[in-house]
Amino acid sequence: MSSSGWAKAWPALPALVLLFAFFLYPLLRMLSFSVETGNLDWYAKALGEGLYLQVFWNTFQIALIVTGVCLLLGYPLGFLIATTTPGWATLGFIFVLLPLWTSVLVRTYAWMVLLGRNGVFNRLLLDAGIVSDPLPLLHNFTGVLIGMVHVLLPYMVLPVYGAVRRVDPAIVAAAAGLGASNVRIFWRIYLPLTLNGIFAGSVIVFVLSLGFFITPALLGGGRVMMIAVLIEQEVRQTLNWPFAAALSAVLLAFTFAVYALAQRFTRVEAQP
Amino acid sequence: MAAPSADLRIEGVSKRFGEVLALDGVALDITSGELLTILGPSGSGKTTLLKVVAGFEKADSGSVRIDGAEVTALPPARRDIGMVFQNYALFPHLTVAGNVAFPLEMRNIGRAEIDRRVSEALALVELAGYDRRLPKQLSGGQQQRVALARAIVFKPRLLLLDEPFGALDRKLRETMQLEVRRLQRRLGLTTIFITHDQEEALVLSDRIAVMNKGTIQQVAGTTEIYERPANDFVADFVGESNIFHGTMTAPGVVNLEGGRRLSVNSTTQPGARVGVLMRPERFGGGTNSFAGEVKEAVYLGASFKLRLACDDGLELIVRQSARGALPIPGTRVSVGIDPESIHVF
Repeated sequence: MSSSGWAKAWPALPALVLLFAFFLYPLLRMLSFSVETGNLDWYAKALGEGLYLQVFWNTFQIALIVTGVCLLLGYPLGFLIATTTPGWATLGFIFVLLPLWTSVLVRTYAWMVLLGRNGVFNRLLLDAGIVSDPLPLLHNFTGVLIGMVHVLLPYMVLPVYGAVRRVDPAIVAAAAGLGASNVRIFWRIYLPLTLNGIFAGSVIVFVLSLGFFITPALLGGGRVMMIAVLIEQEVRQTLNWPFAAALSAVLLAFTFAVYALAQRFTRVEAQP
Repeated sequence: MAAPSADLRIEGVSKRFGEVLALDGVALDITSGELLTILGPSGSGKTTLLKVVAGFEKADSGSVRIDGAEVTALPPARRDIGMVFQNYALFPHLTVAGNVAFPLEMRNIGRAEIDRRVSEALALVELAGYDRRLPKQLSGGQQQRVALARAIVFKPRLLLLDEPFGALDRKLRETMQLEVRRLQRRLGLTTIFITHDQEEALVLSDRIAVMNKGTIQQVAGTTEIYERPANDFVADFVGESNIFHGTMTAPGVVNLEGGRRLSVNSTTQPGARVGVLMRPERFGGGTNSFAGEVKEAVYLGASFKLRLACDDGLELIVRQSARGALPIPGTRVSVGIDPESIHVF
């Protein structure tokens, strides 16, 4: 940045000071716990022991599945909102954004009420005679998946919506005029031109899933171990802060790696 | 490649957008192999008419027939019409060859046949060898050629062009106009060309339909439109013009408002209210003479354009071939015009 650029950046100063004092510094301080012994023993433990590797692998798998489900649900929704009439689009936006403005904690507790053994879903299914025993929807992978998809869906819908809106209507009209049916317009025009939206949404959902805590902790009931849940246990139950710091550092590095990879891909895509 | 092309009949087509009547009972016949230009200012309804023909816009009333068959209710994909859009509307993620192949793929034509016809179409628009490029790697003129190749490659029944050269610079626009004309003649393809540029319309067309406020003002050949416009709007919109109004007082004599008398070559009955058109370039020597003072003089290369305030109160735009010095304002000049050069409508 040029000197005039710095001069123009002063309105950002208060925020930068705040970020440094209350985010960057504590983060670095916390990470420094992991190397306080003067060696990398805690990292060796985090990356060397099968148990912990298993948790990382679990986290990765869950993030991948959540991303996949979000894509399958979110793409059609984002596409619909982008191509429908303004009235329906507004309604769609309300349904997508309202949950986004509600606390994750509130929404997760709501899912506990809905999914429990005596929850709303199971009551309905039992009363309707569809099942004879309550379905296990809570404190397992299913519950975590439902909760995480619900929380993360808007992050898929919005980039997809944006990408679909950026497709020039004249191009779609041209395709129709050249003889393409609606199905073919979708596969040959919309889908290839919205790949960047799919990609952006997937990266956001995947990265957010990696570090997700509240939803897997509450809906998983301790039986679905994700890395953030493990870190919290190390901090609160075993009080092993250096090890928690090492696990956090590994998660952070992994997240950065995903971002870097994503950056690389988008740059390649942007080239002629 | 030249199979007999379709004819088009538009009857009583109206279209309303809220308060605005975009098309008001438009009727138009286009014969097979003809290039007809729809000429009009923005907001005249010309693009709406094109969209109704292509099927992107549904008319409130009226019908569109191609070769006698009603297509009014058909979706665009089933009308078999090639269209070139204002901003090209190429598929940005497909190569030049991919763009041109698209309409053929939609018709489930075999790969070998597609390849053959794509290279044939690209050769026709002089883009052979560009097949692997992406649209953004081409200039505006080249992109428009691709759009043209894409619109003709599937041998459509009609070709529609919606102000296709608006974004090109003047020189390129002129080249493209001649190229479209050549291509259209060669393929014998019935074509509707939309433009607001009267020069472009004159260069390209077999016939011109002048549109204003959702109605067709006049449909005629290019000379007819220029020399014998049907009304004030056409006279004013096509070319430069001096338009006056008056009354026929005797056979071949018009008394203009303000008292000036003109001898004209017209069989209009005495007593009729008429409009009078004098093209600026038609002044020279003639029996109707005008003396006056130069108010403004502009040098246009090949000609001078003069604004004259005549002694009888008329104001005239006159073109003279650029010989000698440009007259300075205040100079007295006199010009004349023949009765045959005055159009009475």
